[in-house]
Amino acid sequence: MRSFPIEIVGEAVLNGLLTGAIYGLVALGLTLVYGVLHIINFAHGALLTLAMYGAFVAWHTFGLDPYLAILPLVPLFFALGYGVQRFIIGPASRGQDSNILLVTLGLSIIIENVMLAVFRSDTLSVQVDYAMEVVELGPMLLGYPRVVGFCVAFLVALLLFVLLTMTDTGRAIRAVAKERTGAALVGINVGHVYAVTFGIGAACLAVAACLLLPFFYVNPRVGNAFVLVAFTIVVLGGMGSVPGALLGGLFIGVVESLSGLYLGDSLGQLGIFLIFILVLLFRPTGLFGAKA
Amino acid sequence: MSQVFSPSRRALLLGAAGILAAPGLSRAQAAPVKLGILQPVTGALAQDGEYGRLGAELAINEINSTGGIKALGGAQIQMVFGDARSTPEGGTAEVERMNSEGVVAVVGGFASPICLAASQAAARYDLPYIVDVGVADAIVTRGLRNTFRFSPGFGSVTRAALDNLATLNNNAGRPARTVVVVHEDGLFGSGMAQLMQRELPSRGFEVVETISHPTPARDMSNIALRIRSLNPDLIIPSSYYAEFVLLARTLQQRRIRPKGIYCVLNGAASNFRFVREFPDAANLVMDVNHWADPRKPKTAELRRAVEAQNRFWLYNTPINYSAVMLVADALERAGKADRTAVTEALTKTDGSFTRHIMPYGPTRFENGQNMAAQAVNTQVQNNDIKVIFPTDFADAQPVFPWPA
Amino acid sequence: MTARDLLPIAVFAAVAALLPVFVTSGTWLNFAVFTLIVTLAAQGWNILGGYGGQYSFGHAAFFGTAAYATALLQVRFGVNPYLAFALGVMAAGLVGWIIGLLSFRSGLRGSYFALVTLAFAEVFRVLANASAFTGGAAGILIPLDVRPGNFQFASRAIFYWVALALVVAALLITRTLERARLGAHLVAVRENEDAARALGVDALAVKLSAIALSAAITGAAGALYAQYFLYLDSNIAYGTWISVEALLGPIVGGAGTAFGPVIGGILLHSLGELARKLLGSVPGLDLALFGVLLILVVRFPPRDIPGLLRRRARR
Repeated sequence: MRSFPIEIVGEAVLNGLLTGAIYGLVALGLTLVYGVLHIINFAHGALLTLAMYGAFVAWHTFGLDPYLAILPLVPLFFALGYGVQRFIIGPASRGQDSNILLVTLGLSIIIENVMLAVFRSDTLSVQVDYAMEVVELGPMLLGYPRVVGFCVAFLVALLLFVLLTMTDTGRAIRAVAKERTGAALVGINVGHVYAVTFGIGAACLAVAACLLLPFFYVNPRVGNAFVLVAFTIVVLGGMGSVPGALLGGLFIGVVESLSGLYLGDSLGQLGIFLIFILVLLFRPTGLFGAKA
Repeated sequence: MSQVFSPSRRALLLGAAGILAAPGLSRAQAAPVKLGILQPVTGALAQDGEYGRLGAELAINEINSTGGIKALGGAQIQMVFGDARSTPEGGTAEVERMNSEGVVAVVGGFASPICLAASQAAARYDLPYIVDVGVADAIVTRGLRNTFRFSPGFGSVTRAALDNLATLNNNAGRPARTVVVVHEDGLFGSGMAQLMQRELPSRGFEVVETISHPTPARDMSNIALRIRSLNPDLIIPSSYYAEFVLLARTLQQRRIRPKGIYCVLNGAASNFRFVREFPDAANLVMDVNHWADPRKPKTAELRRAVEAQNRFWLYNTPINYSAVMLVADALERAGKADRTAVTEALTKTDGSFTRHIMPYGPTRFENGQNMAAQAVNTQVQNNDIKVIFPTDFADAQPVFPWPA
Repeated sequence: MTARDLLPIAVFAAVAALLPVFVTSGTWLNFAVFTLIVTLAAQGWNILGGYGGQYSFGHAAFFGTAAYATALLQVRFGVNPYLAFALGVMAAGLVGWIIGLLSFRSGLRGSYFALVTLAFAEVFRVLANASAFTGGAAGILIPLDVRPGNFQFASRAIFYWVALALVVAALLITRTLERARLGAHLVAVRENEDAARALGVDALAVKLSAIALSAAITGAAGALYAQYFLYLDSNIAYGTWISVEALLGPIVGGAGTAFGPVIGGILLHSLGELARKLLGSVPGLDLALFGVLLILVVRFPPRDIPGLLRRRARR
């Protein structure tokens, strides 16, 4: 195996952490929805794509910086997520998990192809002047947009943690996650809580989209690139665990970065899937043993 | 900025224009000739498919507005479009439909797997199939009599890439010795990388590392890091659009500046979207790829027509334009809209076919492959894409090694 | 099995077999062959997912293994295509058994089992894409040599009958399973694994038999795909598209019923064609319409699908 100078390895680890935080943010929504609704949301990647187009349009049409676009997009996507769960997934699934799977699959097909019809298949990017800036850390160069992404992702995770532990809504969400029949009996509107949870998941995606866009691109299939890795993170962190998602994201980011450095990015993917399988087989509650 | 994306209405209008243009101008009452245009306009390859379809549409409109197929009494060409959905079975299904609609030939496919499956489906009905881009050599070497490829195959492109690189380097006084190959792990990239590793040493280069990445790739930071630690003279990337743009931007951001970036069949280096959106990252990048002949007046005219629609000028458009012109030429010589006759005529195509706009010598088919087809070297210079090699077709001098 | 069990299958087989006599269009036959291949893959999924309640998202692992085995045995070792087909099906069954052993012994079920199968399929995809033996990213081409002895037919109708025969065989296998002890145990495990175990059912052995059989049937679909299109690459063989196709049909048509995958497969592919006819001119819109139809079918399940009704009645 090739050996690299320490500053190269160090930079790879830092890069992995920076990227991993954003993976974690994408996984946050997924793990929350799983923890509460016990469904695997197949529309997650498509919703991320939609949010990235949202951020793109905000920049292209309204001249809004992607970071500022977080402000309008978060409430918008919360409302969207709420509505989708309340008025589409909930009624259409009639309480059966297999139906939820089909409905979210259907939603992802719709979103991906409506985006294709509207924006066509071109790969679009935003041009912002800070995209090429770097933060210098000794000999190491870190992309400025990634550093911003890292910080904001942590902030969002912290806010979410506060929301879940300190507010009434959060307590209701956790009650439903633990025992949905019991929660219903004490007067919690389970349908509403489900929709709120889905809304929060979508809002997380809106933030992730705005953080990704300055150094990434958007096309109708872009969300797929993040979905499998998000699943891995969710499993690694323990399905339904918010801190687990963030830690899992950082871990996967570093693993991906280092295996990419040593094995090449193609086989590096293999490393992620093998970890995924091994964790599922031997520690299905997640590496960090956390549970919602 | 309005170049960046244009509303979907345009797609609708374009489609409508294609349909409306079909009747109208014809002089005689000759029955229209149906031509199948197969492109992946949904799925992973949708971007390429769109631009391929655009080229075919432009050619068909031009033929129809200039008197149709004269040997058939001015018959108009009627497009039967099929979406291959970026999958081989999607392509097969559409060829079946086109056959049942009575097309005289099929043009397109774009990706090699689609071309392999679709040309085989067409072979069942002796339906002439003209591959537009699909470079896999197996497409023409497996002995299907109906299959033609006007553009160069993988072997030919890579041979040109290697030879031209050696010439370029020698002419500049051999500034480059060490090479890092970066490639996507699919059909294009992997084959490319193997070949580079085998062939570059005998041409005076040392391949210090070969790095593969998946498509889609989420991050190019690691590749940039490895490149920085290896510090090669030359980077040879073979990737699709989004991945190469990410790589070039990351290299720029991390201030990695080799003596040259020499792409082969790259999805972005010969793409005006990249040049417009990231002029600094794109500047002086070289590519070996399909490209239209810059010296033909028709090329400039077509490019203006494409850009007037707020579209970028990509190689898919001139290739498909030329492939449709090839069918029209065969129809003129066959004198009847009959599949066998068109296949015969295609086989016999020669230098008298001049309505194409590719930088090829006199057309000559051997086992379905146009032996005169070749890839050219392009370089991004002053926010334009110039041909720098071969000199017969060049409209600019190469800038190599890059100024420090 | 009684005559009542066999009658619907016989009627279906007879009606379907007669279709090429009346409909000779290549477009239609090609559509039908592809639908039958996907249906066969879905019938395999149905054994494990429908009867066993173990939802796999990675049946591509079995589809692809058989497809690659069939192609590689012919191309690399000159094995007779029919033999290669049979060996491919067995290879898929074996891979199914191994994946089952690994995951069921770890006690994975529900979403966890779904995710682990998805990951296995992805690992296979990455490996097939990287290995020179499988042709790497360039894929593998079975040489065109149209001879019945070579499992290649000039007429699409013959391929249609071959595919139909396999679908009917899978229907018979499913029906036999329903009536056999294994089937009863499988359903018992689906409904309540702990209870089944308490009654002396060896849950692990039952699930392993089910996944091997399930994988073999889906594998047959993969091998048939290879033989029909004569070209494979890692995204075709191990891509998520086939994992999704395999589970869509049964869930829409009625998981855990013999005819569920057949009805679902035909229904979905017909809806897809319908959407295409209606909106095919704008890329994407027809697929979006398909998505809407899919949700509507889930929301308002067609009452005339007997499987769904029967399943309801049973509950």
